Amino acid sequence: MKEETLSLKTMETKKFRRFDLKKKFRPGESMIQGMLFLAGILSIFTTVAIVYELGKEAMLFFGNPDVTFAKFFGGTQWQPGIGQYGIWALVSATLTTSLIAMLISLPLGLAAAIYLSEYASPKARSILKPILEILAGIPTVVYGYFALLFVTPILKNIFGEALQVYNMLSAGLVMGIMILPLISSMSEDALAAVPRALREGAYAMGATKLETSLQIVLPAALSGIGAAIIIGISRAVGETMIVAVAAGSGPNFSFNPLAAAETMTGHIARISGGDLSYNSIDYNSLFAIALMLFLVTLILNLISQWVVNRFRERYE
Amino acid sequence: MNQTHEQFPQGKAFHASLRTRYRVATIWQTLFLSALLIAILALTALLYNVVDGAFGYIAYEYKDDPAQFTSTPINELTKDELLVILKENLSSGAYKKLETEQPMQERSQADLLNLFLERLVRIDTKETWSMTESILNGSKIRAEVATKYPNAVLEFRSWVTPQFLVTPMSSRAEFAGVRTAVLGSLWLVSIAILFALPVGTGAAIYLQEYAPKNWLTGIIQTNINNLAGVPSIVYGMLGLALFVRVLEPFTSGSLFGVTDSNGRTVLSAGLTMGILVLPLIIINAQEAIKAVPDSLRQAAYGVGATRWQTVWHHVLPNALPGILTGSILALSRALGETAPLIVVGASTFISLDPSGPFSKFTALPIQIYQWTTRAQSEFHAIAAGAIVVLLVLLLTLNASAILLRNRYQRKAY
Repeated sequence: MKEETLSLKTMETKKFRRFDLKKKFRPGESMIQGMLFLAGILSIFTTVAIVYELGKEAMLFFGNPDVTFAKFFGGTQWQPGIGQYGIWALVSATLTTSLIAMLISLPLGLAAAIYLSEYASPKARSILKPILEILAGIPTVVYGYFALLFVTPILKNIFGEALQVYNMLSAGLVMGIMILPLISSMSEDALAAVPRALREGAYAMGATKLETSLQIVLPAALSGIGAAIIIGISRAVGETMIVAVAAGSGPNFSFNPLAAAETMTGHIARISGGDLSYNSIDYNSLFAIALMLFLVTLILNLISQWVVNRFRERYE
Repeated sequence: MNQTHEQFPQGKAFHASLRTRYRVATIWQTLFLSALLIAILALTALLYNVVDGAFGYIAYEYKDDPAQFTSTPINELTKDELLVILKENLSSGAYKKLETEQPMQERSQADLLNLFLERLVRIDTKETWSMTESILNGSKIRAEVATKYPNAVLEFRSWVTPQFLVTPMSSRAEFAGVRTAVLGSLWLVSIAILFALPVGTGAAIYLQEYAPKNWLTGIIQTNINNLAGVPSIVYGMLGLALFVRVLEPFTSGSLFGVTDSNGRTVLSAGLTMGILVLPLIIINAQEAIKAVPDSLRQAAYGVGATRWQTVWHHVLPNALPGILTGSILALSRALGETAPLIVVGASTFISLDPSGPFSKFTALPIQIYQWTTRAQSEFHAIAAGAIVVLLVLLLTLNASAILLRNRYQRKAY
């Protein structure tokens, strides 16, 4: 039997060798495949270009004999033009605004996700979800307008003179609202992926809906929620327009939410928006900040992917 | 047995604890729901804030009395009358400059009236009020204006008008429009999508249909996911270094004989935006291609189609609605993105329409940013007007994406 098949096969190959379509050279097909490959590889090129271009200019900055790592990571004054290179003046504001934003968006986003996934009827979901999607689709510069001209005046009524016109609190709060839909939709996806059987098992044991949600479903979806939180932080760190409009313009080493301060992103936006001569220390310093931003967000994104893969509960 | 009793109360104790558990559950459910209500409240406040700013009372004075130029009331001036007035009263240098920007004869009556009010009568805005203030405290405002600015005219003004859409940029808020900015934005997103849609779809086809399962494909995929999370301002820095400086001969057009520009053109900005939305388009297109059932591919292979024939004739047409929906969403992202444009170098003040890929440009979000950060309240009003325009554009785009999705979703396998 085996021999017979074999011989049949060899016979066929002999007979049809000239028509073996699989091996036929098709220049058009190969060219198209080559072009598609180039399109695919372009994303790698983008990353390389970001690292190379940002790294090149940043190296010019760090290559300046006046700039030392000790000054860069130890100082609290940032004014490259007059020899002050303390990145903490900008990092403090980034940390403060991001922290406020996470304090708002994490509990609200998670609560919204639990409600949408566990409590809401299909009809309620179909109304509530688009509202969150609208919130997610509003351009950040509009959030900036909202922070400066709506939230800040309200906060002024609460805090009075202690609150500066430009302040990190208003920018952080609005940033929290901006990130809320991101956290809620990612968390909701994670919650919805938990199989029904787990919930039904809990109900059968006599658990209430709340106990099921918080003690069974939530822990099972924890990896996805963790990833959502990390992506949220990364978004907050990289957010530019809200802080550029509402948080203040001028580096200020301060963790006081009522004070004005400039974040890393806000600083890049303000300096590059003005008259900036190429190859000046100011110009190069912007690339050093951008490189730091890129690395921080890259690491956060990688961690979130790792969290999802490493801690995902698999159900068959 | 005792232990079980402590953990799981029985009888009366059970019913008491059950009541507490239900009470706690109700409280938490309310809390969960209130998170959503807060989100809705925030959205409402934001939209209200924008609309509130875009309408309202404005009090202004004429620096020069209109009567000294003409006896006709301002609102009844015809185009010809305005032409004569402008010719007589503007300095010949200023008139020539306006003539070269756009011949006076071709300008509309509204346009000429604006010139008359801006250059000759010189409107001076004293104060503006938001819509709510204007409606609730109307009489108070009128009394206040009467005592504070006895010569002032008080009128209820909508800052979003058809005129606002077609008027170019101006240094005076009362006469500024978003024409230059809207055209700049349209150029920008067109260039971005012309670059990103073919490249992104190609990349998605490669990854879904061609790529072997190896380390390189894995790296490309991880890399695309990471690029989607890179802050937009970093893309701006890339655009500044790469398109504005390194590729300046190309992006400034000097390779093609254009001499009067530097690298800060709408082409540089458009390509930067294209790079920015590329990961979004790839991820969406991949999802769309993934959803095309394998049986279609196998049927095509079965009748002897090559790989590309299968992709081109069967996979792509079926994935097209999904790919288009994804690109419309990417478009709306590009339309609202501000930070990279600031970095790449959008001009903050130009009144000339962009004439080609090598012209300087401004964009809608850039104008909103500029006007919001000005101190005078009339600039906040036009910022609100520009936001209304931007949001309407975005809403139209997203609605068409949803319609597209719903229309083709019925065709399920």
